[in-house]
Amino acid sequence: MQMQAVKTERNQQGQAGDVVLKVENLSLDFRLRTEILHAVRDVNFELRRGQTLCLVGESGSGKSVTARALLRILDRNGSIASGSILLAGKNGDIDIAPLTERSPELLKIRGGRIGLIFQEPMSSLSPVHTIGSQIIEALLLHRRMNKQQARAETIELLRQVEIPNPDKMIDRYTFEFSGGMRQRAMIAMALAADPEILIADEPTTALDVTTQAEILDLIKRLQVSRGMAMLLITHDMGVVAEVADAVAVMHYGRIVEAGSTDEIFHNPKHAYTKRLLGSTVKLEQNPRASTRATALPADRKPVLSVRNLNKIYGASTSWVGGNDFAVKAVDDISLDLYPGENLGIVGESGSGKTTLGRLILRTVEPTSGQVTYFGQGEPVDVTGLSKRQLKNFHRDVRLVFQDPFASLNPRMTVKEVIGDPLIVSGKVRGAALEKRVGELLELVGLDPMVMERYPHAFSGGQRQRIGIARALALDPKIIIADEATAALDVSIRAQILDLLLDIQKRLDLSFIFISHDISVVRYFCDRVAVLHRGKLVEMGSAEQICTDPQQPYTKSLISAVPHPDPRHKRMMHRTRFTA
Amino acid sequence: MLEHTFIDEAPEAGPAVSALKAGKPVQTAVAGPWQLMWAKFSRNKVALVAGVIILMLFLVGIFAEFLAPALPETARPQFTNAPPQELRLFTTDAEGNRHFQLHVTGYTMTVDQASLRRSYAIDDSQVVPVGFFVRGAPYKLWGQFPSDIHLIGPLSPNDTMYLMGTDKLGRDLFSRLIHGTRISMSIGLIGVTISLLLGVVLGSISGFYGGWVDLVVQRVIEVISSMPTIPLWLGLAAAIPLTWSPLTVYFVITLIVSLFGWTGLAREVRGRFFALRSEDFVTAARLDGSSERRLIFRHILPSLTSHILAVVTLALPTMIVAETALSFLGIGLKAPVVSWGVLLQDAQNVRTIANAPWLLIWPSAAVVLTVLAYNFLGDGLRDAADPYES
Amino acid sequence: MLNYVIKRLIYMIPTLFGMSLIAFMIIQLPPGDYVTSMLATMADSGQNVDPEQLEALRRSYGFDDPIWLQYWKWITGILFRGDFGYSFEWNRPVADLIWERMGSTLALSLASLLFVWAVSLPIGIYSAMRRHSVGDYGFTLLGFIGLAIPNFIMALTLMYFSYRYFGQSVGGLFSPEYVEAPWSWGKFVDLLAHLWIPIIVIGTNGTAALIRILRANLTDELSKPYVITAKAKGLPEYRAVVKYPVRIALNPFVSAIGWVLPELISGVTITAIVLNLPTAGPLLLRALISQDMYLAGSFILLMGVLTLVGMLISDILLALLDPRIRFN
Repeated sequence: MQMQAVKTERNQQGQAGDVVLKVENLSLDFRLRTEILHAVRDVNFELRRGQTLCLVGESGSGKSVTARALLRILDRNGSIASGSILLAGKNGDIDIAPLTERSPELLKIRGGRIGLIFQEPMSSLSPVHTIGSQIIEALLLHRRMNKQQARAETIELLRQVEIPNPDKMIDRYTFEFSGGMRQRAMIAMALAADPEILIADEPTTALDVTTQAEILDLIKRLQVSRGMAMLLITHDMGVVAEVADAVAVMHYGRIVEAGSTDEIFHNPKHAYTKRLLGSTVKLEQNPRASTRATALPADRKPVLSVRNLNKIYGASTSWVGGNDFAVKAVDDISLDLYPGENLGIVGESGSGKTTLGRLILRTVEPTSGQVTYFGQGEPVDVTGLSKRQLKNFHRDVRLVFQDPFASLNPRMTVKEVIGDPLIVSGKVRGAALEKRVGELLELVGLDPMVMERYPHAFSGGQRQRIGIARALALDPKIIIADEATAALDVSIRAQILDLLLDIQKRLDLSFIFISHDISVVRYFCDRVAVLHRGKLVEMGSAEQICTDPQQPYTKSLISAVPHPDPRHKRMMHRTRFTA
Repeated sequence: MLEHTFIDEAPEAGPAVSALKAGKPVQTAVAGPWQLMWAKFSRNKVALVAGVIILMLFLVGIFAEFLAPALPETARPQFTNAPPQELRLFTTDAEGNRHFQLHVTGYTMTVDQASLRRSYAIDDSQVVPVGFFVRGAPYKLWGQFPSDIHLIGPLSPNDTMYLMGTDKLGRDLFSRLIHGTRISMSIGLIGVTISLLLGVVLGSISGFYGGWVDLVVQRVIEVISSMPTIPLWLGLAAAIPLTWSPLTVYFVITLIVSLFGWTGLAREVRGRFFALRSEDFVTAARLDGSSERRLIFRHILPSLTSHILAVVTLALPTMIVAETALSFLGIGLKAPVVSWGVLLQDAQNVRTIANAPWLLIWPSAAVVLTVLAYNFLGDGLRDAADPYES
Repeated sequence: MLNYVIKRLIYMIPTLFGMSLIAFMIIQLPPGDYVTSMLATMADSGQNVDPEQLEALRRSYGFDDPIWLQYWKWITGILFRGDFGYSFEWNRPVADLIWERMGSTLALSLASLLFVWAVSLPIGIYSAMRRHSVGDYGFTLLGFIGLAIPNFIMALTLMYFSYRYFGQSVGGLFSPEYVEAPWSWGKFVDLLAHLWIPIIVIGTNGTAALIRILRANLTDELSKPYVITAKAKGLPEYRAVVKYPVRIALNPFVSAIGWVLPELISGVTITAIVLNLPTAGPLLLRALISQDMYLAGSFILLMGVLTLVGMLISDILLALLDPRIRFN
């Protein structure tokens, strides 16, 4: 990557490395209905010109509210309990903490001296105003410009964030932009007033991995060229390793460890940091690669085979001027799943990976193609099954969902949730049912005593275990896991993956593991199929796909994955793919 | 560069909180959905009070004969448009001593010779003793059990007690209002039941079959809900033959009112039904092998019932107001049936109201209180309907 | 955009058809027909009727045709000749009677709609921004009471108070001396003096409902990330709120035409009956009671069409207001 030297019109006062913002003993309280949550306690850190501090932590660690407190945009029930936020200025420091909500100083700082970009690129821009008008507004607020100048400057900003045809795109609405483009527009807006500090709150979490790499590149480049200080909030150690100069690890509202990136990654001191790094780094290898022959015996028979599967959406024309514009969600895909194998299906959003899973289960009807299941006895043509026969197929092939909250009926106890398939199949009832549910709970690492509880009493990871127990209830042969770990924090994610591997060892199971997360697939799968825009791009062993991809798309995908090691940044040797 | 620091303490198990209120922690882990809903609902004190009021109104309706001091149709021509009598606690005897004696004061009537209009003035010297559980006019409770005990009334059956005044025929408004409660409250309940049946049946047929059935039902809903309701009600109610019995008219009016009240319910049911159908946990149940019926009754309906309850509660006042309006205009219920709307018929024009404002005030107050209570209750129920949202 | 409007217009056709069926059903509903009831009236007053003459009347009105043919004649008469049938009570074509009354109904509904908007917008914004403040609770309570008082009760109450304390007669739209007078400043002032009661009466329910909707919507919008973006940009709070979330919360405001308008027309009907205003309401009631069904049916049909047109307008406004709808 070449470093572009973009000149900015503002003179850089001061030296790189000067402290521009100093947070001292910051504590934040949130008033809840029955209690006060001390979301952040005694937090200290500094932001330095031209450098990036990463605030790392899992959900609920208080990292986001810390960032928002710097701009005083906490929710109504939140308040700064103590501490100071000192912003360095020519005439001495300004303490942001005691400023009133409406004070002109605060309004000048917001957007003017501190810019903010955050996670939801879909909803963080107004849907009923054009991109241009929202950026122009920021310019008019903080820089002395008339409307024409502001418009010209906005086009220039859009050009800087690499939005093509900026003079046209300026008049477009946000819903005409892709997620990555919106985030670029958001960055342009945050940088409009040429702030000294940029706060980026999970700026790439909602984006695909290749888009994430591009946005991170862009932010880093702009930061360096403008000499801004940056506070990056993330849960992803890979991202940290790519962009951070210094790291602060947050855990339950406190910074438990802080230091230079290299120190944190290679000499972590706090137990939590070690655990966090451990579960991240662990996902970098495949634990089964060594124990299992990678070469497949030629005479192995698949347990499930997919042939020329197609799904076309929107092909039918409606009578009132409907569009006959068809989308091939799944385009002529063929693959086999072998007994005891973990097959990964990888792709970015819109690649058709979820649709493929649903087609195999026939919760979505395929347009054409064949799915054959080789269970006990005769091979079964799944695409030709009647509704009744499909039920038998669904006993053998089960689904684990992505969202641990939506996939469990909140009005049923754990026993009822897990027992439901058993009751429906008519196999067990009464005391035997209770016993079986207890066994299943133990199998997924939960105490059988909890079976009378309702799902809302459990954490995300525990709920996912309950979902897995439900999938296992009918002694299935194949489990399709659709982004089963995507909603979980990294440490929980590793636990769930280990649980699945452990269960697989005990029961004779095959997995189809659908994921956007390369590292998870690498950890869990034997073979990987890479999907791109509905097509199967490449298929091979997990190790081969991750270390030696053949196709240009796979190469770009793999090279975009951030590597959780600051000494080996992926960004340095990334390949781009243009379709 | 930043120096390497860390806090060398045992990692914590959870976020730090300090309790605001000392209270017993709710055992939510094993609390069922209805328990959680009740916990959420009972935090809303206004809704709770509204619920109690509704309950009391139903009790009034149920025990109307017993609660009313007089029969609704008993007319005393010598007391037409008499103003309300105040209920007092103490009497003063000749020596000036105060005694506890529940009573109302009598009237003195004067007749204006020019207009031949009677006017009444409260006369403190006439004491009409009043008591509880007194014997009065005989009645049959629910048309079945003969009795003559009234909760409250003048000790002597020949005396009068008009707590809310009388109408132009000299009938006791208070007793008529209590009897009207029975009709008005029940018309809402029956109406909403019919609406609910129509709404749920058509809503689920529409949701279940989809396709052109859904299309037709949706069109019908659209047509009905875009017609202004009052002209429609008028149009249909006006077609009721005058010869029909009061009971038939009562049921037909209820039917007319509910015929146009079901669309909102059907829309709500269908919308929620569709939303729930695509929930992950319903898909999961389908993959578990549940039949369509089990899917609906075991997984979808339990999540739906609390919402339906709230919508029904919010639909009830519309029914009551509809009946009141129709009866007020003279094409709904008619005498001898007594409903709040029928009572309001007597308050048709300014002159009558100016002469006897109580004819407007009390029935209106009953309607407004009921509607208000239903709205507050319905709001509370709706807020508590989903105990799992944050 | 043009496509969108055409699509909406096409969608209106089945709804219109359904409405015409309902109106026709109401026309047909009363037992017997006008000739029969005329016979009854004449018999009551002791007149003798020639049965043959009656038969001729029946035939000329088509009362003996099959029901679908009667509908066909009726609806084509309206569509192609503007012929709504004949008012037997007034002995004039229905078309002569309805337009003026429908005009005043429309005018009163629109005035009430403006009232609803003008009152609910500021209160809705205030309530959402200062949630759980004293003012918010006050407005919420007022809103609940406003929703709970039926139109006609409020009309009666205001009428009573106005009579009692201002000595003003509140029936009609004009004082007696201006009814027949040509338009003048005095007449206009007199109209306004009469208009405020019906407008408040008709508008209160809708206002209360709209405040609640606006408050709920705006509260949702206020917690959306784009509001934080606007604040982080350095916009003062009220500007951030007015420019972004209010703009989006306006959607239900515009689409409110769709459901407020039927309510308003309903409200105009009953309020006009109570206050004796020269709109469609009193005439409709009278027509219904005397079973002058073509007149009654035409009113009901036209009121339905009016709300439908209102919905079309609200759909078009919505598309203008929200690019997301326009572009889909």
